[in-house]
Amino acid sequence: METATAPAKITNVFTNRGTKELSLPKNERRLVMSYMYVAFISLFIGGLMGLLQVLVRSGSFELPWGINYYTILTVHGVILGLVLTSFFIIGFQNALMGKTVGYSKKQLNWAWIGFAVMTIGMISAAITVLLGKANVLYTFYAPLQAHPVFYIGITLVVVGSWINAFVNFRQFYVWKKNHPDEKSPLLAFMVVINMLMWCIATIGVASAMLAQFIPWSLGYKNTINVLLSRTLFWYFGHPLVYFWLLPAYMAWYAIIPKIIGGKIFSDTLARFSFILFLFFSIPVGLHHQLTEPGLDSTWKFIQVILTFMVVIPSLMTAFSLFATFEITGRKKGYGGLFGWLKHLPWKDVRFLAPFIGMLAFIPGGAGGIVNASYQINTLVHNTIWVTGHFHLTAATTVILTFFGIAYWLIPHLTGRKLTKSVNRLGIIQTILWTVGMLIMSTSMHIQGLIGGPRRSDYSDYGGTAQAAEWGAYQMAQAVGGTILFIAIILMVYIFIKMVFFSPKGEEEFPIAQEEDHAEFTPKWTENWKLWISITIVLILFAYTVPVMDVIQNAPPGSAPFDWPIGNS
Amino acid sequence: MHLHKYEKYWLGLGTIGLIAFLLILGFGAFYLGTHPQSHGELIDPENLEMNEAFREENLGLTEVDEGRYVLNVVASAFNYNLGTDESGTPVNHIELPAGSKVLVQATSPDVVHGLNFAGTNINMMVEPGYVSALEVQLDNPGEYTLVCNEYCGVGHHLMYGTLEVVE
Repeated sequence: METATAPAKITNVFTNRGTKELSLPKNERRLVMSYMYVAFISLFIGGLMGLLQVLVRSGSFELPWGINYYTILTVHGVILGLVLTSFFIIGFQNALMGKTVGYSKKQLNWAWIGFAVMTIGMISAAITVLLGKANVLYTFYAPLQAHPVFYIGITLVVVGSWINAFVNFRQFYVWKKNHPDEKSPLLAFMVVINMLMWCIATIGVASAMLAQFIPWSLGYKNTINVLLSRTLFWYFGHPLVYFWLLPAYMAWYAIIPKIIGGKIFSDTLARFSFILFLFFSIPVGLHHQLTEPGLDSTWKFIQVILTFMVVIPSLMTAFSLFATFEITGRKKGYGGLFGWLKHLPWKDVRFLAPFIGMLAFIPGGAGGIVNASYQINTLVHNTIWVTGHFHLTAATTVILTFFGIAYWLIPHLTGRKLTKSVNRLGIIQTILWTVGMLIMSTSMHIQGLIGGPRRSDYSDYGGTAQAAEWGAYQMAQAVGGTILFIAIILMVYIFIKMVFFSPKGEEEFPIAQEEDHAEFTPKWTENWKLWISITIVLILFAYTVPVMDVIQNAPPGSAPFDWPIGNS
Repeated sequence: MHLHKYEKYWLGLGTIGLIAFLLILGFGAFYLGTHPQSHGELIDPENLEMNEAFREENLGLTEVDEGRYVLNVVASAFNYNLGTDESGTPVNHIELPAGSKVLVQATSPDVVHGLNFAGTNINMMVEPGYVSALEVQLDNPGEYTLVCNEYCGVGHHLMYGTLEVVE
């Protein structure tokens, strides 16, 4: 908005506040919508697979036409965990970049190339999965061997995302060059942090693919270092979850305040918490490998400590969200200790869906602390507790926030309005999702605590009493999962309605501004060289010794195994 | 960066909680010696018999001392090899008296597996090339299901056995 000027002698702060908003031209809208189409088609397919899984695991349903349970499990994980998330996120981030720093014609062309590469990769990987040639789940642990095209396809998705990341970096760089003494727009800053984290993290999976999986699956290499491939995967796999989460945080910090009629709590704090997420998202992957034989206990423990550091930015985020809610309420004249809660726009789905996402993050985060807790992890490792955990964090916190974004972003892109009736449907959708997930996730958590394994087709395990007890919780999951699938159908209906049938108009793209007298943001927040250096130093500290150890003290490599997954 | 007074309290409490939590984990790990499995002994997955523990005759449960046992397991797609009984039939049910200490040693000739006696503290990854090992004391009588909890292929859910801790 307006730019306030401060005395020239203050040099360690940026003296501009707020974000100048650009409008999204037609071709940028089309780019973002392309990502959204892929995301919502993925939601439907992935959701259908989820429904089939819970039905099979209830013990009273069998898949038709000889379809394998692990094929649908692979489709579910890959299409929701990798495709839906990355397409929605990159599409949303591209919209944020267009809205705050803008695209040149050339940048937009490159963004389209990125989209094309991602889509080609996604489709080729999908074909191998659907043909039953890649029943390896989304973690593709060696030495299970999928069809080479599966690995090549996933690699292309990553490469496409890199092209997009470099477009975003370029946009940001050009903007900074043209606005030398100005603070960058908050949302653009956040996008750059998330894409930096993504690029550094995906080096792990890309090097595993290029140096290990692709040559090995093509037969150029006879064996694979299994533990190295797993370590590289989890070097990428944990920051992957922050890559999902940070776009939700973007909406919480910088979009929700506008929707509730408030201002950004603190620009500096928001930037600082994103910087901390950049530091502590990556050097922590070993906490997924706590019960593995080939890694040293001390390094596992060190990475556990680093994992727990995210508690700090998480608490900062929680504080500033609720502070925004309270400040906004009090400004509107709602007194009392909790009177400000009443002013919140509970009937506005753009707020309600992300708000429930925030609430889900309280038990979700607590469960995450359990998972990362070194010794306690042994109790829940690879039980269905873990599945329950990420259905709270990813499939509730992140996804409900993404839905909350979609309710205004899709009509904004298609030149339509979010109508009262769609809003009402959205509220029903949110409630259905909450109820379904409460049933499904809670029963997964309990079943995991009593030992039920994750990632498993229906089995009575020889008829033990324990397995019978697990079966009861699997019935509950079938109930919850069915409600969730109804919610997904409703969401797809809402999407179609917002794309093709809602009345024409201009839906607001809500971007929150700072208070007129907000404190200036210090210039150190944009010391990119320092942030990247600290990130790299932390990664080298956490990973150099364990990775050298895995390489130097390696057992004989593993030959490929294709028959266990029915790919021979 | 200016922090609100309440925010300082909030972050301060959070940080104290975090430090307390890490101290407890560290105390458990380095004073009490409770670590997750990290045995890390190497083995050739195509020649498991090089390691005495995984020779056919040494698989399954052996009492090595009063109240102390060793359980050697080969996990492969899609079976746990717990040795054979006198008549030569594969074992898939083992019994232990309550209060005994058992050292579980496991490895895989093919892909990655899980080894979890559901309801006990025996939960570990089994990977080709490594020996996984963990010693636990089993105090609570009951029947515990042995399940593979790391995806190993289309028969993953068919890998099981039972362990009974008897009074």
